[in-house]
Amino acid sequence: MVSGLINANPIIYEKKERRARPTPTFTDDGAAEPIDQQEIFDHIRDIKDPEHPYSLEELKVINEDAIEVDDQHSYVRVTFTPTVEHCSMATVIGLCLRVKLMRSLPSRYKVDIIVAPGSHSTEAAVNKQLNDKERVAAALENPNLLDMVDECLAPSFG
Amino acid sequence: MENFNEGCELKEFQTLEGHSDRVWSLAWNPATGHSGIPYVFASCSGDKTVRIWEQNLSTGLWGCKAVLDETHTRTVRSCAWSPSGKLLATASFDATTAIWENVGGDFECVSTLEGHENEVKSVSWNASGSLLATCGRDKSVWIWEVQPGNEFECVSVLQGHTQDVKMVQWHPTMDILFSCSYDNSIKVWADEGDSDDWQCIQTLGESNNGHTSTVWALSFNTSGDKMFTCSDDLTLKLWETDSRRMQSGNEFAPWRHLCTLTGYHDRTIFSVHWSREGIIASGAADDCIRLFVENNESLVDGGPLYKLLLKKEKAHNMDINSVQWSPGEKRLLASASDDGTIKVWELLSL
Repeated sequence: MVSGLINANPIIYEKKERRARPTPTFTDDGAAEPIDQQEIFDHIRDIKDPEHPYSLEELKVINEDAIEVDDQHSYVRVTFTPTVEHCSMATVIGLCLRVKLMRSLPSRYKVDIIVAPGSHSTEAAVNKQLNDKERVAAALENPNLLDMVDECLAPSFG
Repeated sequence: MENFNEGCELKEFQTLEGHSDRVWSLAWNPATGHSGIPYVFASCSGDKTVRIWEQNLSTGLWGCKAVLDETHTRTVRSCAWSPSGKLLATASFDATTAIWENVGGDFECVSTLEGHENEVKSVSWNASGSLLATCGRDKSVWIWEVQPGNEFECVSVLQGHTQDVKMVQWHPTMDILFSCSYDNSIKVWADEGDSDDWQCIQTLGESNNGHTSTVWALSFNTSGDKMFTCSDDLTLKLWETDSRRMQSGNEFAPWRHLCTLTGYHDRTIFSVHWSREGIIASGAADDCIRLFVENNESLVDGGPLYKLLLKKEKAHNMDINSVQWSPGEKRLLASASDDGTIKVWELLSL
């Protein structure tokens, strides 16, 4: 059977149990709790894969351990693993991750999105494109691409 | 020139709010800031508008004098004043470059340059104001000739870069064009014959000690024999050419790598600008403004050719996309940021 999909039969993994977040507490000086790995993961785990009805978590494109966060320095790095190494959807997935974090995190945050080393045939090119904010800005002014991103992000704004 | 080895301070003079999205670029009007003419600069933004800011001579503060909207339909990425300060060119992701004329205080769009396939990323006027260059995502550089009656004729479409072209900049005195790109290289273009035969005459790439990632911007010193470039590889690079050979005009004087400023920046450097007095400002994605000056001791002890004069931490709340020194008598620096603001700074000697 000829399929138009890049990866027609992805492996579906079980979702990780949702840990209850402690109610936000505020310290004496009014500062919020620092942002941690789990919070970043919760922002992105339900993003839908661009070509499957499954979440990035279910496809193991992302997992909590591949998130590096340093709240003190307002820095996040998300490493994602495309389901197949020639995945042409890698840049769209990366764009979804970037846009979701851009919309969810305080503006002080610097975000790097990279594909896991060895997980993609054009790793360097994908990483360069995802971290060029001018190309990201231009992509988000493309109505078709923005629609695609918004569709993938919809389940993550639960 | 004053001795900048002594301490100095970059003092915030004013924060300008008005844009509703990131500010990508700004340009001082070169005909302002002297002879009692108030300082004027333009800024452009992801909010699809261009704003004109003018200093009030009695209060010293800048105010927004005009908003140029309803022309560009997407991000306005770059803007540049003609040398006379009468025309403003704006390059947009909508694939067009607009030319605006100041008519009695109102800005009118007098021409729209079409031709690029998609996003136009940068625009630059040559020293005499007779030529305009644009570049964009379609990997090409276009050269336009300014004709009477605000007509612009494309005289050359230059192919050579293998990826999108981030910035074009004319040499400050000669009709030689420089472009820098996502392909990590800087290209030098010149008209070799007398019939608009524009050619790439030099490529400064990795094999010439060049950058190892996207080159975002470049800036010349006043005499035009040195150039700084800045990059996603977190370095600034200094290039020089033989000024006597260059001015003789008989042959092309090639550019060569002189030094690399490394270890100063933590994230992508988006902007570099050289002041008339030889102070180099950089603006980067680490929200800092840094100033560099020539290291006078380097000849004696063989140390680095340039040194950090000062680092302004948290100059903005987000990435800094553009830093530009003012014309005129004052030592003013303007910076544009993803935080939607523009700041005007004054460099004070202590």
